Amino acid sequence: MTAVNEQLLPVVAEIVTGLKHKPGALLPILHEVQNRLGYIPPDAVPLIAESLNQSRADIHGVISFYHQFRTTAPGKHTVEVCRAEACQAMGARQLEAHAKTTLGVDYHGTTSDKNVTLEEVYCLGNCACSPSVRINDEIVGRVTPEKFDQLIDELRSQTLEVL
Amino acid sequence: MTDSVTKSSVTTIYIPRDTTALAMGADLLATEIAAEAATRGETVEIIRNGSRGLFWLEPLVEVETASGRIAYGPVESKDIDSLFDQAFLTGETSHPLCQGLTEEIPYLKKQQRLTFARAGITDPVSLEHYQQLDGFNGLKKALQMDGQGIVDEVKTSGLRGRGGAAFPTGIKWQTVLDAKSTEARNGNQDQKYIVCNADEGDSGTFADRMVMEADPYMLIEGMTIAGLAAGADQGYIYLRSEYPVAHQILNEAIAKAEAAGFLGDNLLNSGKTFHLEVRLGAKAYICGEETSLLESLEGKRGMVRSKPPLPALVGLFGQPTIVNNVLSLAAIPYILSQGGQAYANYGMGRSLGTLPFQLAGNIKRGGLIELAFGVTLRELLEEYGGGTFSGQPMRAVQVGGPLCAYLPESQWDTPMEYESFQAIGAGLGHGGIVVFDNSVDMSEQARFSMEFCVAESCGKCTPCRIGSTRGVEVIDRIRNDDNRAANMELLEDLCETMIDGSLCAMGGMTPFPVQSAVKYFPEDFNQPKPAAKGSARS
Repeated sequence: MTAVNEQLLPVVAEIVTGLKHKPGALLPILHEVQNRLGYIPPDAVPLIAESLNQSRADIHGVISFYHQFRTTAPGKHTVEVCRAEACQAMGARQLEAHAKTTLGVDYHGTTSDKNVTLEEVYCLGNCACSPSVRINDEIVGRVTPEKFDQLIDELRSQTLEVL
Repeated sequence: MTDSVTKSSVTTIYIPRDTTALAMGADLLATEIAAEAATRGETVEIIRNGSRGLFWLEPLVEVETASGRIAYGPVESKDIDSLFDQAFLTGETSHPLCQGLTEEIPYLKKQQRLTFARAGITDPVSLEHYQQLDGFNGLKKALQMDGQGIVDEVKTSGLRGRGGAAFPTGIKWQTVLDAKSTEARNGNQDQKYIVCNADEGDSGTFADRMVMEADPYMLIEGMTIAGLAAGADQGYIYLRSEYPVAHQILNEAIAKAEAAGFLGDNLLNSGKTFHLEVRLGAKAYICGEETSLLESLEGKRGMVRSKPPLPALVGLFGQPTIVNNVLSLAAIPYILSQGGQAYANYGMGRSLGTLPFQLAGNIKRGGLIELAFGVTLRELLEEYGGGTFSGQPMRAVQVGGPLCAYLPESQWDTPMEYESFQAIGAGLGHGGIVVFDNSVDMSEQARFSMEFCVAESCGKCTPCRIGSTRGVEVIDRIRNDDNRAANMELLEDLCETMIDGSLCAMGGMTPFPVQSAVKYFPEDFNQPKPAAKGSARS
């Protein structure tokens, strides 16, 4: 167990205590852990398992089943590119290739400056103004490669302001 | 955003907070319009409404005038100055972006909006707006009726599940009404559930999202009525996590409805109880399948359950459960307030009522079109859609999502209703229509269908889990011209195995887009195109 993860465990414990009374509490717990920490640290699994009276394998099985949950820290921003049919009809395949080249990573990868994690998504429901990407909780429509670069530049300049 | 009634001295401007409007810049636009109005000393009230569903015009800005609401769209930041200069606040209609009176825009005017009657008109979380436009009338009626009376009204409407399977909603409700829960069988209080399937994962569909973002109280009302009908006091909305805006709006609406007595204990002082909670999915297409969804709600992997037992009898936490799509539940308030027969007066054959069709992909005027069943696909594509976005000819249209067929032009005159589509080996699904122009490579689309199944199969049954992987490989060999004839035969055999052997629609329907691509677009697989009927081939 790393020192960093030890610091995270009290947060996990607090989340579990707050939510475990809910019927079918596991997904709400995993969502909240990922919301607060950015990912689900593997060290959180035994703690969640014990609180819900389930096996570690059960918890791991759920985490690994869903595309959303991750067990490593993501970049500062998550960028999801829609791969579904409506976006394909408007050039999503080219946009995907462009996104991977521009960021220098494949899906589930994080840029070397830890700023952006690239993910795939199957439909954001913005199908009449496709192709679409989601940047954190913001969805953007009619994304051309040029617009994609502009959006990424904005994310990079935001990081500089914070620093 | 406000609940206050419009004041006469103030000009009311509507700017949607719907996902698509936001994706096209509505938030920034609202801020800039407010700032520009302040600079010019104009007093405006900006209401963040839902979308009208005329998505090619988003952000669609509406100005309230004496003659009605006047629409401008699509509005960008660079247009703000000229809009103010050309006095758009006073009803002056000379600006090039002016679309005239919103209600008179032909795309909207020709629709038959029952479910989407309020969409885009109101502030989605304003209880006052909702009630001004007949909101909660259905619930008030339902509170005067017994469960059987409500179920009978739903049966009269002829409503069939709008999620894709098209099962009669009234019969499903009757089953749950008649079922006894485990608790009840043990002499304790009856426990049943209402589950709303809001895992709208099909590409090209956004009607559920629009309901939740433009008119969330309608869904809340529909679920509450379902609870009264079946004797369930707890409901869950299983919402996909890909819809962050809908999540926000639903939670706002539920909190307000609870505070005002439309949800919770003692509904409108009736002594009845109904609680509602939103639960988020976690990016798994299979969780749109009802039994996988229930597993997921129970905190498990979203693995398909074998049926029987039906979820109506053994559903969430083993109790009798109504699982309905957002659109099915959203149709309920109208059915209760206007009567089941009023709803059944729309449609054709055994497809009664309306279906919100969703035009998407490579289309000039994409959006939501609610019409009675029976309209043809061509009318939607040409009269409403106005052709492709790219200006190139249309080539293939996928109706009903990633598990349904690609249709060639020869099939576009088929009436949009369940039985006619079934007759041509296609499906309506959830009403999504995705248009492709002539740049599409149909062998690539067929490959994607299999690839999508690889990514999204729950893994429980072999034909779906392994068959899809083999499907990708076989199509790759065909695309690489490797032993083509034998591999085409193998692909057909594999498709049959998946259709016959899969546990649920994921593996069982994935072959439909593949088979339709092969059948109608053989040239993309380097196969000879069969002679068209009446062709001059000698």
